[in-house]
Formats: sequence, C-alpha cells, structure tokens
Amino acid sequence: MRAWKFGDDINTDVITPGRYTVTTDRKRLGEIAFIEYRPEFAKEVKEGDVIVAGNNFGCGSSREHSPVAIKAAGISAVIAKSFARIFFRNAINIGLPLFVCEDTDKIDDGDTIEIDFKTGDIRDKTKGTVLKVKPLPAFMQKIVDRGGLVDFLRSDGYDNV
Amino acid sequence: MSSMASTITEKILANASHQKEVAAGDFVVADVNYVMAHDSTAPLAIEAFYSITDKVFDKDRVIIVFDHFFPAPTVAGATLHQKSRKFVADQKLSGFFTNGVCHQLLVEKFVSPGDVIVGADSHTCTEGALGAFTTGLGSTDIGGAMATGKCWFKVPESLKFDLSGSPRKGVYAKDVILSIIGEVGADGALYKACEFTGDYVKNASVSSRLTLCNMAIEMGGKNGIIEADQKTLEFLGARSGKIFRSDKDAAYRDEYKIDVGDLEPQVALPASVDNVEPVSAVEGRTIDQAFLGTCTNGRLEDIEVATRIIKGKKIARNVRLIVSPASDDIYFAALEKGYLEELVKAGATVCNPSCGPCIGRHEGVLCEGETCVSSMNRNFTGRMGDPKADIILASPATVAASALAGKIADPRDYL
Repeated sequence: MRAWKFGDDINTDVITPGRYTVTTDRKRLGEIAFIEYRPEFAKEVKEGDVIVAGNNFGCGSSREHSPVAIKAAGISAVIAKSFARIFFRNAINIGLPLFVCEDTDKIDDGDTIEIDFKTGDIRDKTKGTVLKVKPLPAFMQKIVDRGGLVDFLRSDGYDNV
Repeated sequence: MSSMASTITEKILANASHQKEVAAGDFVVADVNYVMAHDSTAPLAIEAFYSITDKVFDKDRVIIVFDHFFPAPTVAGATLHQKSRKFVADQKLSGFFTNGVCHQLLVEKFVSPGDVIVGADSHTCTEGALGAFTTGLGSTDIGGAMATGKCWFKVPESLKFDLSGSPRKGVYAKDVILSIIGEVGADGALYKACEFTGDYVKNASVSSRLTLCNMAIEMGGKNGIIEADQKTLEFLGARSGKIFRSDKDAAYRDEYKIDVGDLEPQVALPASVDNVEPVSAVEGRTIDQAFLGTCTNGRLEDIEVATRIIKGKKIARNVRLIVSPASDDIYFAALEKGYLEELVKAGATVCNPSCGPCIGRHEGVLCEGETCVSSMNRNFTGRMGDPKADIILASPATVAASALAGKIADPRDYL
C-alpha cells in the first residue's frame, strides 16, 4: 500500500473544495479528492493506499464529503499526528479507519506501508521500521467495530452506554 | 459530600446527560435541544437518518436551513434542495428556513442558555455565546441525533480566555479573535472548550460575543462559550433557559490573559486563519473584492460600522463590494435604518441573507490572481473560487475602508 504524504493543517477545502461538493454521489466525491491541491492523487491512488499526514488533519468545515471522498477514492486508512475533531468523528462514523501516530515524519511519500488493523502496528516496508499508534478510547472503538455510527445505533443504541 | 468544581461546559453536559457531575475526558450521551442541518450537509444526514429509523425524535426540534446555495445556482443544487424539502415535508418539520445563515437564525429563534445544540456545520460553535453548549458535527452524527434526540460527546478540557481592557478606536471583536487565533494557532484549541470571560466580554454586545465564539473552530475548538448575563437575557426576550456558570476553582487546561487595549486592527493573510498580522503589514495591497457578511460578521452592528465609513462616498472602481446581511431580521433593520441604501449608493451589491461567497458557490466567486478582503472566518486556498485567488480576513470596518481605498486600508483613517 502506497503512502500518500501530506503536511500539517490539511483542511476540508483542500480535500474537497466547496464548489465540488454539491452532490452525495460517493463515486464522484472519490474523483474530486484533493482535485486542486494534488490533482494526480485521485487519478493514481490505488485501492488500499494510505494517507500519512502531520497535525490537525481535516480541519475546517464539518462537511462529511471529505472523509467520504477519501474512502471512495480507495484509501484504506489515514495516519496522522492529530486529527481535527469533526473530521475524526465523521471518519469513525462512516467507517474510514484513522490512526493517531506521532512518528509520521518517519514515513515518506511513496513508501510502502502495511497496517495490521487488529494491533494498529504500522510497518514501513520501504524503511524496515514499525511505528506504534495510540489506541482509540473503548467507546469509539466500539463504533468502529460495528462499522460506523449507523450500524452502532441499529445494533447497540445509546441505552446501554 | 462536596461536588467538584466544574466549568460551564462540564455543567451543561452533566445536566444534559442526567448526571450530577462530569469531568473532562468522560464519555457522555447527552439529550440535545435542537438538531440543525443546512442544504449542503442535510442530504447526507437524511441518508444516514433513514438508515437508522423513519421518524425524527421531535418534529419541532429538527431544523433545516437553506443557506449554503440558496436560491439554487445550479441544477445539482436544486436537486439537493428538492431532496431536503421532501424530508421536511415527510417529517412535518416546523423549523424550515431559507431566509438567513443557519447560526444567526438559531440565535434569533431557538437557542437558550444551558441548551445542547448540534449542527451539521462547523461554525455551530457560534451559538455558545448565549451560554449554551453548541458544536458542529458531520452529517452522520446529525442523522443519528435526528433519529435519537441524543448525541455522544467526550467532555472537553477547557481553555479560558480572560479578556480585559477596552479596544481602541477601529478595533473590534473580529480583531480580538483573530489576534487570539494568531497566538494559539490553528490547532491550539484542538478538542477543547473555548470559554471567553473578563471585562471585555462583559462589556461586549451579544453580536460581538457571537463573533468571538464563531471562530473557536478556527483554532480547533469543540465549542465556544460565554456565560449568559443580563445582556443575554435581554437579547433572548421571551426565551428563558438554565443559566450555568463556571466555578471559581474549575480546572482549565490553559488560561490566557489578554488586554485588548493594546490591539491594532488585525488581518489573517492567506491561506490559514492563524497567519495573523496587524493591518499595517499589508496596508496598500490591491484588492478586487470586499465581502461583508456571514455568521462571523453579518449582523446589524457590522453593517452599521461599514455604513458609517462608506456613507456619502464611492467604493473604488476596481472593487466589488458584496454585502449579505446574516438574516432577514438584520436585512429589515438595515433597510429601515437606511444602511443598505447608503451602501448601494456607494456601489455595493446587496445579496440575500446566505453564506453566498464565503464558500465560493455563488454571489461573488474569485478568479485566478484576485484578492478579496472579507469579514468571514476562513481564508483557505480555493474557498471563494479559484485556488490561485487570495482571501484576507478582517473586521467589517477594515473591509469597508479597503473597499473605499481599493486596497487594504486601516479603518482608523476612515472613522
């Protein structure tokens, strides 16, 4: 899985510019991910690739189109030093796996990455290193395990929290 | 048994989750008083909602506002409007609006102190200026809240911004919050409650308080919040709520003490909101567009100060000045006071109350190489149109002065 490297404060206007988000068509949203900021992304990204970023990934708007676009483009996970909170919730809610990892500086654009989705270990096969991630709080992990908020509310609901 | 000291945010979340007390880091499921989505975020929320259930928890507590692209500028926009209108009709929602920016309408019609309000728009932190816990969420969360009337939260740590002093002439709430964001940084308040307090806040108008809370998200904050006081209650009129106050010894992650008396007018330069400088740093830079409006600064006092600067003069020939009052109530008041007439005479274009140019969808889109000075809250690359256009954020006074000058100007020279 190829690592697509991004910097700090990657905002939702960069991920999905407002002029392109007047749609709920997931396939179309996948095609416009980073359309102006990194036009080659949507064309070259392969199913399973990962995004690796710095601090505050997904800051700005609440638009869920941003994580939807990233997921629809084929990205299997986003690894960042920190995430903006609305993006973080949105990604969990729609079943886009996120990993908080302080060492993303050690991964370069184009590195081959392997993620163990059970342990959260991130293996950089290009560099031969293994990076640790911060586990999610149990409550949020439960939503992830159910596949997102909709399925969590259908299966568990808030009554047993 | 003595209870622990709590912040206003902790107290509201404890009340809404039926607990005696909660602390930062706790996960709670809170009852929500209102759930809001707008034309851009409602369609995905409606999809999520119908995947969970087929009836909203309360038809009077789910609010839909068309403000992001109203009236529809494209077929795609009209199609999404049609989908949301069907939802409003099928669910028999009482709260459906097309006459203002969602946050301003919530402030004018719904918010009460002590409420928990969630909105599918990041600037839902604005409404916290009335002493409520209000926060932005994505569409799936909002769909879940429409279905259940509840939402889960991690109780945030709080930052206290203790603001003192009187601003100098030409310095406004926008300058204060820009200066704070410049100091704290775009992720300096990540996940935190941003509580504004102190003499400056006490003396500030409700409108100015809304401007402060509006931009909490621009430093990563979860909510902006200001304790309700007499001024809040006068503003609310018949609406009452439950007033919560932070305990004196409540725990804050950090406290910032800021004397606003030292401030000059501020601007945020492209393309990040924490890229803040005094206006003098870019004075004289040519502009193509000036925009006065939005949930940040589209209220009557903002239009009033702009009119005071512009009245009887003409805006520069190289500039489009676009004005969008944040709601019909504000539009009517500005009409009645003659502000809109003065602005139009000076060369301004007045648009319907909406988000308009702020999201680059219509009513003032920028092309490559253009610069806009705006009273809005974000200057991200491509936000108002072409990615090679620049956005400079400033107070309504700076926007008005710059529209006259045709370049970035210091409002103190025009007041």
